[in-house]
Formats: sequence, C-alpha cells, structure tokens
Amino acid sequence: MTLTAVLVLAAGTYAFRLAGPLLRDRLRLPDRAGELMSTSATVLLVALVATASLTKGQGFAGWALPIGVLVGGVAAWRKAPFVLVVVLAAATTAALRFAGLP
Amino acid sequence: MRSTWRTQDPKLLRDVGAVAAGAAVNGASFGAISVAAGLPWWMPVVMSLLVFAGGSQFMAVGVVAGGGSPAAAVLAGLVLNARHLPFGLAVGDVLGRGLLARVVGSHLLIDETVAFAIAERDPARARAAYWSCGVALFAAWNVAVVAGALVGQAIGDPGAFGLDAAFPAALLALTLPALKDRRTRDAALLGSAIALAATPFLPPGVPVLLALGGLVAALRRTEART
Repeated sequence: MTLTAVLVLAAGTYAFRLAGPLLRDRLRLPDRAGELMSTSATVLLVALVATASLTKGQGFAGWALPIGVLVGGVAAWRKAPFVLVVVLAAATTAALRFAGLP
Repeated sequence: MRSTWRTQDPKLLRDVGAVAAGAAVNGASFGAISVAAGLPWWMPVVMSLLVFAGGSQFMAVGVVAGGGSPAAAVLAGLVLNARHLPFGLAVGDVLGRGLLARVVGSHLLIDETVAFAIAERDPARARAAYWSCGVALFAAWNVAVVAGALVGQAIGDPGAFGLDAAFPAALLALTLPALKDRRTRDAALLGSAIALAATPFLPPGVPVLLALGGLVAALRRTEART
C-alpha cells in the first residue's frame, strides 16, 4: 500500500459520494423516478445485509453468522430495542462459534 | 445546523452509540491488521480519515498483503465503494442545502448513515439521524484505528465476538420499516436474490450493485396499478 494508492482510493470514493447529492439537484426527475431512487437505497442496503450475512469472499460464510443475523432480525421484527438487536446478533454468532459451529 | 442538534433525542443517541461501539472494535482491528501486514502506523490512520469506508479499507490492505499491486487494491476498493453514488442519489437531500453541508456531509455518506436516515420519515429527524450517526462513527472509527495501529497485535479477531453479525443486523433493523411497503419489499427481495446468485462469480461490490436490478419489481407493480 502506497500513499498515492490511498489518495487515489480516497479521491475516487469521495467523488462517488459527492456525485449523488450534486446530481440530485441538477436532474429534474419525474415523481416516479424520485420514488424509485429512494427505494433503491433500501434495495442496496438489504442486498448488503444478504451478502454480508451469507457470504464471505465468494463462498458461504458458514452458519454462525446468518443465524446470528436472523436472531437479530426476529428481535427487530418483534420491536426489540435497537441496541438489544445488535447485541443479540453478535452474542448469538459468538456463542455458536465458541461452540464450534463455523 | 443548530436545529439538527436540537432535534436529537436520547433514543437516537443510544442507537447511534451501539453502532459506533461496533465500528470502534472493527476500526481497532483494521489498525492492528494493517500494521501486522507491514504498513507504517500512520498509513491506516491517513486511510481511515480520507477514505472512511471500512469494507474497502480492509479489502485494499488485504489485496496488498496477499501480494497484489497497489493499483489492484485501489480498483477493488473503488468497485466496492461505487454503491455510494446511488446512495447519494437516494438520500442526497438529507445532508442539507448549503455547499458546506454537502461537501462535509458527503464524506459521511456510509451504509450506516444512509440506513439511519431512511429509517426516519420526518425530514428534520432524518437529517439529525444522518449527521449524528456520521459524526459519531467518524470519531469512533478513526480514534479506534489509531489505537489499533499503535497497540497492534494485542487485539484479537473481531469475528470471535460475532461483530460481523452486528453490522448486517443493525442495517436490517433500520431497513425493516421501509420493507412494510410491498413494492419496496419485492424489489429488495429480488435484488438480494440477484446479489447472492452473482456473488460466486463476480468481484466483491459488483453483486450489491446488480441488486438494483430488483427495482424492476417495483416498476412492474407501479405499471400494473396505473
């Protein structure tokens, strides 16, 4: 890793970040496109949840991780406080790994 | 900006605190892993301040540690971070109107801030959630990276604490309210199926972008209704 590489990665990442808020003003979008755009954030986040809980690299993440996320998800669905959701997910995964489940 | 801080409530701060605590442990491990991979202590620190996207930072250091070139590390990191463009299009107006708010606020555009913002219906509350999550995570992540880089190997594998489950669980909890809408839910489920199916064949970051294909489910339903 060189400093130049870090700077290029930082500049590129910031360009991606700034482009959205700036473009949003320039584009006059019909209501439906605007609606689709806010749906797209949810679609991306849920896809991130799916890939982050089920995959590691290009393979299966093992059972401990998705089971922990599932326990957290059920807790959230049952209206458990957010902090409890996060702690339950981490604790479940940690306990399953401690018990030897990959 | 003053109104942003006035609308904060204890629940929001507590929720943000939980996510920031998780980010801190991950940040410490990032600092430690980077130093263990042979980087000088200040490199992960500079990287965290300027890039501020954990996934791409871990990936870039991992690529180089695995024998890849810095150019390959940058490319992999940029592909992973491309999702910030559609994120910005979706939630760009919660940052605030002024130029300064956008210039600074854009740097705080990460998965967690987007999730906190879309979990709030009221625009003022969404802005407060976005900014408090962004500022807290920026502080927690960067302080922890410094600590991890200096302390080094003393920090164990965050996987042992199940922290890799905390991140998706937090995002899931924050997106659940939006999923009550049937069209959004269909689009999210289709998108996730596309991303999972593509994961074995494509480099990290690309499958999540392909999930946007799930939006056709939302389009179809709109057309069916009209």
